[in-house]
This record gives sequence, C-alpha cells and structure tokens, in this order.
Amino acid sequence: MFRPKTRYVALPSPRAGVGEEVDRLTCPKCDTSLEPARLSAALGVCYRCGYHFRLRAPERIAMLVEPGSFVEEDQAITARDVLGFKDSQPYSKRIELSRASTGANEAVTWGEATLGGHPIVIVCLDFAFMGGSMGAATGEKITNGIERAEQSRRPLLIISASGGARMQEGMLSLMQMAKTAAALGRLGAAGVPYISLLTDPTMGGVTASFASLADVILAEPGAMIGFAGGRVIQQATYETLPEGFQTAEFLWQHGMIDLVVPRPELPATLRQLLDLYVRNGVARDFQLQQEKAPAPTPAVTG
Amino acid sequence: MSENGSLAAATWAQVELARHPDRPYALDYIHAIFSNFFELHGDRLFGDDHAIIGGPAGLDDRTVMVIAQQKGRNTAERAMRNFGMANPEGYRKALRLIRQAEKFQFPVVALVDTPAAFPGAGAEERGIAWAIADNLIAFAQARTPIVTLVLGEGGSGGALGIGVGDRLLMMEHSIYSVAPPETCASILWRDIARKVEAAEALKLTAADLKRLGLADEIVPEPPGGAQTDYGVAADAAGAALRRHLGELEAVDLDRLLEQRYRRYRSIGSS
Repeated sequence: MFRPKTRYVALPSPRAGVGEEVDRLTCPKCDTSLEPARLSAALGVCYRCGYHFRLRAPERIAMLVEPGSFVEEDQAITARDVLGFKDSQPYSKRIELSRASTGANEAVTWGEATLGGHPIVIVCLDFAFMGGSMGAATGEKITNGIERAEQSRRPLLIISASGGARMQEGMLSLMQMAKTAAALGRLGAAGVPYISLLTDPTMGGVTASFASLADVILAEPGAMIGFAGGRVIQQATYETLPEGFQTAEFLWQHGMIDLVVPRPELPATLRQLLDLYVRNGVARDFQLQQEKAPAPTPAVTG
Repeated sequence: MSENGSLAAATWAQVELARHPDRPYALDYIHAIFSNFFELHGDRLFGDDHAIIGGPAGLDDRTVMVIAQQKGRNTAERAMRNFGMANPEGYRKALRLIRQAEKFQFPVVALVDTPAAFPGAGAEERGIAWAIADNLIAFAQARTPIVTLVLGEGGSGGALGIGVGDRLLMMEHSIYSVAPPETCASILWRDIARKVEAAEALKLTAADLKRLGLADEIVPEPPGGAQTDYGVAADAAGAALRRHLGELEAVDLDRLLEQRYRRYRSIGSS
C-alpha cells in the first residue's frame, strides 16, 4: 500500500501563495487522508485522531511566539567535518544535502522573541536536519542561546526534537552534552527560569543533557522520549517493552515530566508559566512603570 | 589490505585491548593506588548499583573521593556488576558522593570504564537520561578539583555521567567514544558487522582524543597492555593522578570553576 512517509506538515505561512499546491497527507496513526488546509489550521494535529505531526523549526517558532517578534541569531553557524568522517557517504556531503533540503545551516534555530508579553530566548531543534542530531555547531548555538538568556535574564524556552548525539562528529559531539549542561548550571544559579518542551522524538544525548535539565518540562502528546532506543534495549535485554513505552504519557506517569500539552494549548500554557516564573523583581518593575503612566480619565457613570 | 583497512584494523586492536577481559578494573587500581578505601553504598532513593562504586580513600596525606565504574571478572561478578553498565541508581549514588566531596573538600578521582549506560526498560522508567544530565551539572559546578581517568572503555553518555572534570587522562590503550562502535555501525550502516570501520571513523583511541585536544594526558601502559603487569599500570596511573591533583589543588576554587567552564565551553567553538 502506498503511503507518503512524511511526518512533517507545513503550517500556513504569510508567504504562501493562495491556492498553493500541497499534497494530501496520510495520518501515520489513523490512516486518514488529510486535507492540507484543514491540517494546517489544526497546527499539524490530525483532526481525526489527534496525532501530532512533526514541525520544522521556523513553523514551530512562528506558532508559539508573537508575530514578528522573533529575531534570529547565529544563522550562519554551520556544521564542519572536523574528523573527516565517512560512512555510506562523506559527512561533508551529508551536511551539504541537509542544508539544501532544509534551507537551514544547522539542526537548531535560536533567537529572541516575545511570548505572552514576555521577552524570552527561544531555541528550537529541527529533526529534519540530520535527525536533529547534536554536533559541535548545534551545541555551540544552543549554548549561545543559554548564555544570552543568562546575560539578558530572559526566560529560556528550548524545544527539542533530536535523535541524540551526531555520530559523525564523534567525541566533539558527546562533549556538547557537558557544554550545554554547564551553561544551564550557570543559568540556574542566576535564577533565570528554563522551560523545556519535548517533541517527537527526543532521544539519547539530548535527553541526557539540556532537554531534561529544565525547571519545567512539557511534552507533546505521543512524543517518543527516552535515552536508549527501543531496538537497542530489546537487543541488549530481550525484554518485552510495556505498551506505550517511552511515550510522553509514559514519562509523565513515571514522574519525569510535568505535563503533556496538546499543541493548540501550548501558547496559553507557556504564557501561564512565564507569568508565574518571571522573577518577582522583574514583575514589580513592570508594575511600577505602569503606575508612572498618566492615570486614565475616570469613566463617567451615569 | 588497503591503507584504510589496516588503519581500521589497528584501531580495532585498540578497542579489543580496551575491552580485554584480563585488563585491570577499577578496584584493582583503587587497591593499588589508594589506602583505606571505604566503599559507600546506595543512592538513598531506590537501591545500590554495583556498576558504579565509590567512597573516600587515602592518597598520601589527603582524602579523596573515588567514583568509579566497575566491571566483573567472572560470570557471577559480571552479572552483579551488570557488565559495567550503570542504572540511574549508579549515577544518583555518584551524585551523592560528589556532593559529599564538596562538603568535605575532598578532591575527586573518577575512574571511567563502561561500555554504556544500561539500555533497559527499568532504567528508562527511572529516568536514566535525567540522572546522567543531573550529574553533568553537578560535576561541572562541584567546588572541588576533579580528575577523570579512563581505564578501559569510555562509553558515551554512560561515561560522561561521571566524566566531567578539570582533567581528562586516558590509559594508553583505553578508548572513549560518542557511541560503542557496534551501535554506531548499526545506526549509520544498519549493519553491526561494520563496527571496525565505525571504530576507525569515530576517532576513539586515547591518541585520537589527545590529538583532538580533549584528553590532557596519556598514561603509559606496560608493553602489550595493562593486563600484562597491573603494578606497572597502577604506578603510572597513580603518579599521573598525584601530579594533576597537586596542580589543581593549588588553584583558587573560583578560578578552577571558571577554567572548568571554559574547558567545555570551548569544545566545538569555531
């Protein structure tokens, strides 16, 4: 049976032409053939069964932050083949192909934005770029984002979607776990809140570093989240894995995440969290400024 | 054999030496180098993991906190040590020990020897990724010197979970890799048999890590490998540990922590 393999969906973009040709997608979970316009309007959530399609980083950011508020940083930083790694094709070739197919230079996009009236730093991984894997450039951009949050005291939001460390960069990749974690240690010591949103899939060295080191961890329904992959576990232990193993709901039941949030509710949930976690001092400054503003003319009641 | 083929074969020989069943394990080094090692047990949360051991021990006129990954020598021991693959409890015990080391100003010696963190359903249920990630921060911020020595296998996040510190030393025939070559081959080639090529491509030998600027020093082993003479290997390891601890102990703690941050911050910064 023919079924398009894509798990991605394009959200409505201001640049998209009216009546642009988009193929129908089949939901990988319930097999329904979905109308692109309706699916996009539903933020890439299957309107029949609730399956959450994967989103590209620009779409994810646009969906969450206030329109026009995102200012991207480090756009030019890109992966380099330091080890001269070659599997079925050279790593340098893979980088080139990923750049061409995604239009991005790396598996992560970050910048400053406003969400629910709060200035934040937003970091978003993109599974479409080499499985969202963390290489040296990926780790560098994430760490730059964390350090910006610390310096500017803006709350940090990181959205993960990654298979883990990038094999093609060997130990340089593994060490990005230590690098991002060390930066988060400083962010935490500075008292700047960090919210982590785990999306499908978040695995390996990404789960075992920055993705799980947040003050509040959210996940999208049905997202695969874990350290070792199910296949690796079965090969090593011959264990029968329980139903729903490593899904967001499974992790919630085991106390690893705070809440599973359906995609359409994310902006409101994040806004609520930012309202609560933005430091009292910052909130007070904001109130003082309001008080300084001229008092509005009392309404005439009659 | 092609040049690439013979290079790969030489790298694979290193992998096999690093995993040699007669190689000295953590407790062999601990008993040879330290005095009065007192093993502390349990993570105070769930259980005691025998794949990660640790406790205070004497080194010359100071007490150090030893945190180590231990493999088993025979079938029963291997089962007890879970082949050196720790569950979350092992990493949480290590966290307990590093906090204690900070409290009493014990320098930390971390001995790494693991194929990987344990890939098991229970480990996932109890948050293996969370346990490792917590240690990355705790080790990065611990206000006491930390020297890491890779004895045999440095396996991925499982090694890094006790592996963040001020110095990274590697025994001459040890390896340290982002993933075991078998896993890498299975991911990239979908064929475990390509493990030899994978090992070469990953640049995982002690010499590779030194060249990449990730390892500070290679500790020499007796000819043929550490398994031929435990005493010689342990003497060399002990001398290197003493020298690096001595250097680190002379550094002001604020400066030490800043240097440790820069050490990781600079990896992959272009």
